[in-house]
Amino acid sequence: MRQIEVAQVTQAVKAAAIAANYEPGADLLAALAGGAESEESPTGKEIFRQLLENARIAKEERIPMCQDCGLAVVFVEMGQDVHLVGGDLDQAINAGIRQGYAEGYLRKSVCHPLTRANTGDNTPVVIHTEMVPGDRLKLTVVPKGGGSENMSRLFMLKPADGLAGILDRVVLTVAEAGPNPCPPIIVGVGIGGNFERAALLAKKSLLRELGQANPDPEVAAIERQLLAEVNDLGIGPAGLGGRVTAMAVHVLMQPCHIASLPLAVNIQCHASRHREVLL
Amino acid sequence: MAKTVKLTAPLTDRDVMQLDIGDTVLVSGVIYTARDAAHKRLVDLLAQGEPLPMDLKGQIMFYVGPSPARPGRVIGAAGPTTSYRMDSYAPTLIELGLKAMIGKGKRGPEVIEAMKAHKAVYLGATGGAGALISQRIKAAEVIAFPELGPEAVHRLEVEDFPTMVINDCQGHDLYEQGVKEYRRTSTR
Repeated sequence: MRQIEVAQVTQAVKAAAIAANYEPGADLLAALAGGAESEESPTGKEIFRQLLENARIAKEERIPMCQDCGLAVVFVEMGQDVHLVGGDLDQAINAGIRQGYAEGYLRKSVCHPLTRANTGDNTPVVIHTEMVPGDRLKLTVVPKGGGSENMSRLFMLKPADGLAGILDRVVLTVAEAGPNPCPPIIVGVGIGGNFERAALLAKKSLLRELGQANPDPEVAAIERQLLAEVNDLGIGPAGLGGRVTAMAVHVLMQPCHIASLPLAVNIQCHASRHREVLL
Repeated sequence: MAKTVKLTAPLTDRDVMQLDIGDTVLVSGVIYTARDAAHKRLVDLLAQGEPLPMDLKGQIMFYVGPSPARPGRVIGAAGPTTSYRMDSYAPTLIELGLKAMIGKGKRGPEVIEAMKAHKAVYLGATGGAGALISQRIKAAEVIAFPELGPEAVHRLEVEDFPTMVINDCQGHDLYEQGVKEYRRTSTR
């Protein structure tokens, strides 16, 4: 057994939350630069130029890329040979977000669903914990914006709907979202599992580095098809018309019940933020 | 042909009637911020016959909940939030003289009708460019509902704040036009 102090978890989550909000990943910067090249609409090109400038200012001036610093989602991959000591893991993660959002001057965007009273510290965090082999602890901090989350959808399709039904629903979801989720977007798609697993697959697919295809050729083909169809919609950067509506489509797929074909579409705005820490 | 127009708030009917979709508008002067929670408060005040924290005549409302300012800075990141969430409140404010709204994303038919009827426009700012946009904000103070935190109403002084006309007061829609130009029929 390898011991890890939960205080280390708090520190790691705090640093990751701040870094994710100030510093876009190299993959995102490359995707934005690629979009600025390939976009045919002059307005669309200008939007890409603004987003690259925005990313530069955020990093240099230590200001969040986007004022929506997100609801904090944390994925935990816990090695089964890790022994956590010094406190409760969920509390340690929440403490990291609380401290990071205060010290990083990040917006607190979490409230009571009915009274809408702000919790004041951006908690509670949405935590997904998974046990894996090994003696390491992997934390992935994902600040997820509300605008793109609102445009996400879950469909319980019939098996007869098949691949065509899946393609139709994904394209429809992006078409209906239009300019709302801050295109150029990244489309996360979960196929299979059940009601809640499809949604989790869609969210997890967004963690993949931009520019990487699903290693399964069958799934990679679906990603290519979807990216082409989504970009044929013409929504473009900021929804003002253009060729690049989505910079990527990521799909994760797993078996499902013989009666079902669950499909989840999780839309990610261009401010795709995530940071991984390995303890 | 799209034009660039510099406007200083408060706006007149004439200011907004010259605008067409696709025009760039560089906004200067004082504008106000409000999101969902603040809009609900404003409309509740009106329902109770109470005065609003600002005179809406000719004003510009920016749909934003800024991130906190670092010490010594004016404001944090301050890009637009998605506007449709304010659609149920906007017509009431437009009737009271609101001349422009700054946000991102589509507006509902009730807002587009109110803009036509009362001469108002909807301006788009680049969503997700909160760090860039914040550089055009020269002063900021909370003037109402401080308990709402990021959703409080701020009075902002802006200089050449960059926007584009999404809906003019003739009922045109830049999103619809832009998408039409680039849409392709999928081959499947």
